[in-house]
Amino acid sequence: MEARKKLGLIVNPVAGLGGRVGLKGSNGAEIQKRALELGAVPQSLNRAILALERIEPADDLKIVTYPGEMGADVARSCGFEPTITGSIEPGKTTAEDTRNAAAEMLRLGVDLLLFAGGDGTARDVYNAVGDELPVLGIPAGVKIHSAVYATNPLSAGDLAGLILQDKVSAFREAEVMDIDEDGVRQGIVSAKLYGYLKVPFRRRFLQGLKAPSKPGEQAAAAAIAADVVSNMEVGWLYVIGPGTTTRAITTRLELDKTLIGVDVVAEGDLVAVDVNESRLLELLKGRRAKIVVTPIGGQGYIFGRGNQQISPQVIARVGRENVVVVSTVGKIHSLGGRPLLVDTGDREVDEMLGGHIRVVTGYNEQIVYRVAC
Amino acid sequence: MAQQDISKHRFTDGKLNLRRFHQARWDEPVIFELSCEGQRGILVPEVEQGIQDEVGDVLATLPDAMRRKEPPRLPELAQPQVLRHYVRMSQENLGADLNVEIGQGTCTMKYSPKINEQLAGTPRMADLHPLQDEETVQGVLEIMYRFEQILKEISGMDRFTLQPGAGSAAIYANASIIRAYHESRGEAGQRDEIITTIFSHPSNAACAQTAGFKVITLYPDEDGYPDIDALKAAVSERTAALLITNPEDTGIFNPRIDEFVRVVHEAGGLCSYDQANANGILGITRAREAGFDLCHFNLHKTFSSPHGCGGPGCGASGVTEELARFLPVPTVEFDGEKYYLDYDRPDSVGKLRPFYGYVPVVLRAYAWVMSLGAEGLREVADISVLNNNYLLNKMVQIPGCSAPYAPGKHRIEQVRYSWEELAAETGVHSEELGVRAADFGIHYWTSHHPYVVPEPVTLEPTETPSKEDLDEYVTVMAHVAEEARTDPELVKTAPHNSTVHTVDHAPLDDPSQWAMTWRAYLKRIGK
Repeated sequence: MEARKKLGLIVNPVAGLGGRVGLKGSNGAEIQKRALELGAVPQSLNRAILALERIEPADDLKIVTYPGEMGADVARSCGFEPTITGSIEPGKTTAEDTRNAAAEMLRLGVDLLLFAGGDGTARDVYNAVGDELPVLGIPAGVKIHSAVYATNPLSAGDLAGLILQDKVSAFREAEVMDIDEDGVRQGIVSAKLYGYLKVPFRRRFLQGLKAPSKPGEQAAAAAIAADVVSNMEVGWLYVIGPGTTTRAITTRLELDKTLIGVDVVAEGDLVAVDVNESRLLELLKGRRAKIVVTPIGGQGYIFGRGNQQISPQVIARVGRENVVVVSTVGKIHSLGGRPLLVDTGDREVDEMLGGHIRVVTGYNEQIVYRVAC
Repeated sequence: MAQQDISKHRFTDGKLNLRRFHQARWDEPVIFELSCEGQRGILVPEVEQGIQDEVGDVLATLPDAMRRKEPPRLPELAQPQVLRHYVRMSQENLGADLNVEIGQGTCTMKYSPKINEQLAGTPRMADLHPLQDEETVQGVLEIMYRFEQILKEISGMDRFTLQPGAGSAAIYANASIIRAYHESRGEAGQRDEIITTIFSHPSNAACAQTAGFKVITLYPDEDGYPDIDALKAAVSERTAALLITNPEDTGIFNPRIDEFVRVVHEAGGLCSYDQANANGILGITRAREAGFDLCHFNLHKTFSSPHGCGGPGCGASGVTEELARFLPVPTVEFDGEKYYLDYDRPDSVGKLRPFYGYVPVVLRAYAWVMSLGAEGLREVADISVLNNNYLLNKMVQIPGCSAPYAPGKHRIEQVRYSWEELAAETGVHSEELGVRAADFGIHYWTSHHPYVVPEPVTLEPTETPSKEDLDEYVTVMAHVAEEARTDPELVKTAPHNSTVHTVDHAPLDDPSQWAMTWRAYLKRIGK
């Protein structure tokens, strides 16, 4: 019988590779090679499977995808018999492959293009299809600044399912962003806009665009830093996550922080800079530690976006009671009432972090806020 | 036009027209800039020789360190210039006596009867000296004593102090009493956290901080009510107290308020009820029945005394019998024959204002309550709730306006509306709409910063406005919202007929740019 709906699927198998090993991105063969040497395990295939499992295989649903690790493996492991197009060199896929695959999906006229990756992948998809095709991202990259991603793989699957059942008809132009690498080297997070993809619109399913820094937020961050520093104790390790709010803490200690890396502080001094997961686990051996993280503005992720070095194992080792979440009130309000989010990749750790958590919002000021997992 | 009957302009076929309002604009400088060296308002006569010979140099007793080396740099002006300056300023305002004053939500801007001003101005009140012997001020003490009895009845609490000079001062007093209570139980060091909610008055968080507590703020649950699960996650052996407003600034009454109180009591904390929003619940609910240990009322809000542009006001703090020994001194007592001030209270948190506090504020509030009686107070609540829900119904019919949280539910005495939808459609923001509204002789306040409700407007009509007043207000709102669609530039470039200021908010958020005094300002601009 003729398929009623066609779902396009593209998996960027190297997306997210650099996260846990502290490389802040996975673009380019050289970085990917280094990530693998550092012991990185590809994340995007697993995340794509989590999403696709939410969609029931059906006779009238056809999946169109690229071979092997770029989609066919994922589709098959979820019980689909996909239509495979194109060709790749296994283990050596490139951005060019993503662009070719997306262009092919456009030519075949899929109803929705579901892709797993990060900001680099979104840029490749955008370059191939522009706003001519409805798309939806499964978050699998290190940095997710683009607004084309669902809040997590499960939501991506659920939302894709709704579209295939014609239950979502509203679409919107969503920003494709990537960070300006020159800026990051100078310590300024500045995301560059590359274009707009057409994504289904369901508020609770999609990640918001990261909120920009505002004047006045600096004063708030300084007050937060004063609180955190005055509560620091001798004998403890402080694992400081990325972000401008957390950087205010190291600035107050007169230390230099890597803006999108994870640094470790003890006794008011830097113990290690820009650490990866395995180095963190090494440092934590036999030590009491606290993790200080800040949510990504407009999205609300406190773990699993941009700070994958602080892995589920690291969080479990430190314990929920030693997780210090810091945020300006403005950043919390930009969530529009939506909860904070965690997506560590480990269900148990996500659930441990769920519920209500205290967030330091100023000197002697905290809020209690919901964390959804 | 000049000969036309004004009512013909105000209404067309019985429908209200917009006012042809135009405000005075004077380009008036700051009074310091009007100063002209040597000018004087009053020339104080030289002391006569005979008196001089008798008393000598009266300043000689002042220690040298306390004497000014140079005269204060006050503006130097003659009387008519001063008068003209301030009358001009007043013409550039939309004061409470001039406009339909329902846009200053959370402030309970009700009518302050002028006869009460006359009472406060009579020599019997105005000429009293705070150091007079108690025997000679029995009348004033009686009024303070009797007003305390009235507040006890309204709230169910056991004792009140009328010392605090503002709502925030009352919250500070309550925070001090809370600390004294925990100190008396040997737990002051341990119990250093005060819990509040994001839609309680921000003074609760601010004053608790000023009093040395850490502040934990709760956010609403998914339905827009204060989140009981967040409260349960927040309480611990470190909890000193809950400071909460009810109804909150959204106008939503917390239906589980007694449960909130129970959870905090079980954790060993006290509960203090900020009754700043009491106007819609007078004679209906009481702090005592909800289980609170402390509360406070703002006499300059709920009890009609004028706000006086930021004071003097009066925050009346009430407590249970158990906490009465911690109240500020002096308390006003009656021994069956005479009224007297009691300073001999060893457990008191101390003194908050000089002498009695602000007695004229208490006098106006007392007069207002006495003119209404108990039934009248209940009617105040009924009418203010009715007014508010009439306004709510009209406002949400304006396309682009919504009332976030608790959809479909009635509100108590105010609503924080949102123009989010209109702003998304037109790019015109709430603040700009408020400025444009001033071109028609009304105004509104948005919300505290940073905004929780996007594109906010907070309206609190009280019992004062008539139905016609409310209709005029809504007519202006609907017109301005429509202008945002048809001519957004007109709205964005407002004011056109009024003198309301448009201020760049960025420096207001940046403490490094603040200048709190004229002298600090001159220093900052390099003069």
